[in-house]
Amino acid sequence: MGKCVLAVDDSKTMRDMVSFTLRGAGYTVVEADNGVTALKALQAAAKVDVIITDVNMPEMDGITLVRKIRAQPQHAGTPVLILTTESDQSKKDEGRSAGATGWIVKPFSPDKLLQIVAKVCP
Amino acid sequence: MADDQSYDLTRFKATYFEECAELLAAAEETLTRLQEGGASADDLNAVFRCVHSIKGGGGAFAFEDLVHFAHVFETSMDALRSGRAELTPHVADILVRGNDVLGDFVRAAQEETALPADHGADVKAQLASILTGGTPAPAPKPAAAAPPAPAPAKTGFATWTIRLTPAPGLLKTGNDPLLMVRELAGLGDMDVAVDASRLPALAEMDALAAYLAWTFTLVTDKGRAAIEEVFEFVAGDSADVVIEQLGDAVLAEEGDGWGLFAPMPPAADAVAAPVQAAAAPTAGAHPPGAKPAGGEAGAGGIHTSSIRVDLDRVDRLVNMVGELVITQAMLGQQASGFSIESHPELVQGLQELSHHTRELQESVMAIRAQPVKALFSRAPRLVRDLSTKLGKQARLVMSGEGTEVDKTVIEQLSDPLTHLIRNSLDHGIESPEERMANGKPAEGTIHLGAEHRSGRVIIQVSDDGKGIDRKRVLEKAIEKGLVDRGAQMTDEQIDQMIFAPGFSTAAQVSDVSGRGVGMDVVRRNIQDVGGRVVVQSTPGQGSRFILSLPLTLAVMDGMLVAVGNERYVLPLTNIVESLRPTAQQARTLVNVGDVLTLRGDYIRLIRLYDLFGIKNAITDSTRGLVVVVETEGGDRIGLLVDELLGQQQVVIKSLDSNYRPVEGISAATILGDGRVALILDVGALRIMGERLNRAQVEAAAAAQAAE
Repeated sequence: MGKCVLAVDDSKTMRDMVSFTLRGAGYTVVEADNGVTALKALQAAAKVDVIITDVNMPEMDGITLVRKIRAQPQHAGTPVLILTTESDQSKKDEGRSAGATGWIVKPFSPDKLLQIVAKVCP
Repeated sequence: MADDQSYDLTRFKATYFEECAELLAAAEETLTRLQEGGASADDLNAVFRCVHSIKGGGGAFAFEDLVHFAHVFETSMDALRSGRAELTPHVADILVRGNDVLGDFVRAAQEETALPADHGADVKAQLASILTGGTPAPAPKPAAAAPPAPAPAKTGFATWTIRLTPAPGLLKTGNDPLLMVRELAGLGDMDVAVDASRLPALAEMDALAAYLAWTFTLVTDKGRAAIEEVFEFVAGDSADVVIEQLGDAVLAEEGDGWGLFAPMPPAADAVAAPVQAAAAPTAGAHPPGAKPAGGEAGAGGIHTSSIRVDLDRVDRLVNMVGELVITQAMLGQQASGFSIESHPELVQGLQELSHHTRELQESVMAIRAQPVKALFSRAPRLVRDLSTKLGKQARLVMSGEGTEVDKTVIEQLSDPLTHLIRNSLDHGIESPEERMANGKPAEGTIHLGAEHRSGRVIIQVSDDGKGIDRKRVLEKAIEKGLVDRGAQMTDEQIDQMIFAPGFSTAAQVSDVSGRGVGMDVVRRNIQDVGGRVVVQSTPGQGSRFILSLPLTLAVMDGMLVAVGNERYVLPLTNIVESLRPTAQQARTLVNVGDVLTLRGDYIRLIRLYDLFGIKNAITDSTRGLVVVVETEGGDRIGLLVDELLGQQQVVIKSLDSNYRPVEGISAATILGDGRVALILDVGALRIMGERLNRAQVEAAAAAQAAE
């Protein structure tokens, strides 16, 4: 059974990149374009093994999303990775306190993405 | 692990640039609002996100200049949205320029051209100066001070756990754990857990002994050496210090652009499994319809409110629907002989087919429809910039921004509209002094409006300026050989001269309204999308440019009419009524020609057979039919035809691209029986008819004079 990743980013380019990379490696990918749609997707999907979310998004940002995900008992243990930029150290900290599992710096290479996803979701 | 030799970034570039165009436009729109002083925190956030997204994608494709600039822009936006810098009108101006330069970088990346190394350096410096309180620093120094590393930095962040267990005598050696904790916290983001298990009962406690132990979880990019330095004086002798980097060998690849905040629990699978099992019924408990049923059916679904579809695909769809409409019309015609009594199912089925085809067609058209807002969003800025440049005062009023029109039309309209606005500001609106001298408010008004009218979209650009100087226009037209000296022209005709190729009345070529290649190009662009442009002007009171555009370029409702053996299609939306005039109604007036009196009004009567040179047609207006049509300008004319053959949907086939433009004909179509019919252009017919009538009147006058 393939693992399912929820990719959340308001940028279609980024979503495409994450999806393409992960699908190529056999993952199933569900996409959402902000925190609100991500929560809906999470509710609708049968299972989500890993969540990868951007931080800066309209409607609901990634940090809030992480908090909301953590507030759901069934997702207390689901790995959540936040996509940050090199200059966004403060976001990384915020993500960490919100309960994110790890971070990925944008831009990332496909290898790195697969590496960390495999790491949090063996 | 997938080998990424095959990982080709170019496949994402198209998406990225499309996205950039949207983001830049959105940012521009918001920034314009900021310039006008209507800033909200949401607006600043929105612009920040736009710049952030452009930068993010740019990084992925290694557009270094772009990322570099976007970073400075983003930093300033961040300061503004968090209140660390103040949004002044001056700052808003800088942001608008910043967005322009960012657009330059995006375009350069898209076209794979190189911009000069210092492109936008001044704007970049200004952006950076926002951070320092808005004193514009001419030197690009501040910008250079904050360059982002386009590639992931060599030293990345890692998570460490540090266990500090002081020897009881630590405090007596003059070391204070608090200082170490503070120093450690200074290295990055840190969590502390206190181990108080060694704490004795209060009575036994020695105030100078260290009982507590700590476990720190530190996220830092400083590396092991920096951490060890903190405990330099205590490690070994006075305290037990264990420093561990979290994770295994792979995780130890610090600085690789990713990391974990805490070690993954080894039993992640075991923990996750029951959680998922528990989650599954929850998901299943959702009402049916919330998502497709089935185990992993939800996976792979995209939860966004919109999808991006290649225009080619939509066009293919539009084309296919067009063909379907023709097929449906053909079937309908073939079956018209069947009565519902003899073939109830066939007739009913055909009716349904017709119904569904129409719905399908409307849905497909709706995909291509976009609000003209995208088109109008540039106008406020244009008006402001230009009026400043020209030393004029003008305000822009917009209406009907939500009016939807075909995407192609919108794209084609961008340049003409810009030009018309420029023209209004440059030639229409007077200087404030001149306006006041004429008893007008110093500030001129430009109105940009869109509305649906008779199945078309009407876009108007009007101003309350000085109007068209007809005397000068006529002189110029004669001078350029566009009209003969002494030619009789109505005011309206003179006004339209400004659209003639090569016509420009600007005594001095200004860098605002171009070099006389303006209005004719405007008209051509508009005609290219099946539109028309006319100008109405009142001297001293202003001008109004009226653009009439088709809602869609593919299908329309038409009335099939017969003239002799020919078939023509009249756009249904133009038709007001049809009638067979009595002899009293159809008259020929001296110096005007054929007219129709209708409820007290005179309507010009145009004999289509005459206009198109058709034989075997009914020439007696009291025996044929007159279709009264209305042009987009609101003028009514009567068209004499033999008979009406029926209403039908026609698929528009461009005559321009398949043949060449023909006056009075807007396009062609294929009828159900396979014949080609021409679609009449009512606005052009009116002009042709007037010309023909005048020629006839003149000929008659000449004949009279000769007698």
